[in-house]
Amino acid sequence: MNWGVMIPLIIFLAVVFVVGFWSSKTVYAKSDFMQEYFLGSRELGGLILAMTMIATYGSASSFVGGPGVAYTEGLGWVLLSMAQVATGYFVLLILGKKFAIMARRYNAVTLVDYMKVRYDNSKAVVILSALSIIIFLFAAMTAQWVGGARLIEAITGLSYTTALFVFAAAVLVYVIIGGFRAIAVTDMIQGLIMFAGTLILLVATVIAGGGMQNIMTELAQENEMLLTPFGHDGSLTPLYVSSFWILVGVGVVGLPQIAVRAMSYKDSRAMHRALIVGTIVVAFMMFGMHLAGVLARPILPGIDEPDTVMPTLAMTVLPAWLAGIVLAAPMAAIMSTVDALLLMVSSAVVKDVYYNYVNPKATEKKIKQVSIGVTSVLGISVVFFALSPPDLLIWLNLFAFGGLESAFVWPLVLGLYWARGNKYGALASIILGVGSYIAISVFAPEPFGMHSVVLPVVLSLVGYVLASLLTSSKQSHTIETS
Amino acid sequence: MDWRFKVANREAWIGVALAVINFLWWYGFAYGLGSGPVSEYQFIFGMPAWFFYSCVVGSLLMIILVIIVVKFFLTEVPLDEEEDHS
Repeated sequence: MNWGVMIPLIIFLAVVFVVGFWSSKTVYAKSDFMQEYFLGSRELGGLILAMTMIATYGSASSFVGGPGVAYTEGLGWVLLSMAQVATGYFVLLILGKKFAIMARRYNAVTLVDYMKVRYDNSKAVVILSALSIIIFLFAAMTAQWVGGARLIEAITGLSYTTALFVFAAAVLVYVIIGGFRAIAVTDMIQGLIMFAGTLILLVATVIAGGGMQNIMTELAQENEMLLTPFGHDGSLTPLYVSSFWILVGVGVVGLPQIAVRAMSYKDSRAMHRALIVGTIVVAFMMFGMHLAGVLARPILPGIDEPDTVMPTLAMTVLPAWLAGIVLAAPMAAIMSTVDALLLMVSSAVVKDVYYNYVNPKATEKKIKQVSIGVTSVLGISVVFFALSPPDLLIWLNLFAFGGLESAFVWPLVLGLYWARGNKYGALASIILGVGSYIAISVFAPEPFGMHSVVLPVVLSLVGYVLASLLTSSKQSHTIETS
Repeated sequence: MDWRFKVANREAWIGVALAVINFLWWYGFAYGLGSGPVSEYQFIFGMPAWFFYSCVVGSLLMIILVIIVVKFFLTEVPLDEEEDHS
């Protein structure tokens, strides 16, 4: 075990734990427990809003998986990753003020709450949305959890099981007792670590490789395709790379764990500030981490396991204590994703299912017990699933983000801006989106050389518009737009 | 219509416009400059020109555009209901 690396990591985990614990104090002083626990009473300021959106979005794949692929593919993969710059401004501008105003008007705590009021209390819309969120995000969370434990295992040499329990202890306590507020505040620290880690690693890698020019020359000598936008074997076509704008760029609007943050901010000023901060941070982070993956190639030739590129690079080009800080970045990325997913799934169970249909008359005290109880049970069960993840969860995780995007982008966005959209449209959109995404991914992946998510998003749009238009004569719409 | 929704609609369209500009810049420089043979690549600060313009300058451009949009085009509106806004 390398204590030089370990000490910054332990300090980082301890700080997150203490801050999360401390910020949970205010939770129990608020009058409306559910608003506070699942949405932080809509009090986020600009900086914290930007950080929690980016930290929630930036996950194991941005810090471990992505740089590993960039190592193999070259600059073409950095180009692809830059589609994510759009997430910095697009989500907040599109959902924007309208979503924040409508969510307040509907008194919505969750994304599904919003859909429920917008789509005439349709039980089918609520149940289908809540189920998609619970199933897909639980699977996604398990996968991230496994990633977190593997990372601790790789850095510390602890056994996988021990690493898993260390990770669980670090995250679960503050989420369970502190809810959304503790998550947002810890996201702030995690976001800063992610930013600092990226900066340190990028600079150190350029220096270790003897300067940018030198590294590029060596890359060109090995395989000049690494310098092109087309990937190491020329297989990254412009159409394929562009199609990632849907999956990791504009489509992110439809991810529930991101969208819910667009209703959590205090005022328009917070949103304006978050737009600027968010765009700067996400652009730098995605650029820096992926470019570092490419630049690692001449320094560390012949790595076969892409996921080890980033940890190995940090340990090679940096002194131990700095490597510890840099390796806290992927840890932060994973923690800030799983905490948000855990609370999101919990809110779907408690608010969307339990409070809506099981026990609508639950008292404040009962809600409190159920919220904390459900979050604990979900958190503990995800740890057990992560001990040896069932194949079904691994399989579902593959479809999680694309599936949720195909399901929710249009009911959410057109629900805000198109008055004629109705519950039939929303149902068609969810069913067609999720169904066609799974079908296409399984039976005919990457149709026409595009990422599998593109067609389902289009089908989901067609379904939403057609179903809404065909049924709009049947029901008068009660949607207030004035 | 609630005046705040006119603001919101306009700002959503600004978001779409930014994404379109972002995409065109990103695509245009990457494949416009990057499609030739590597031996004819220009290099800027050690990076291939397509990469420098598409990824580095492109990101800086978007950051500047977002700042301009926030400073000059976005309107502060109350988010809560109690204000009289008719």
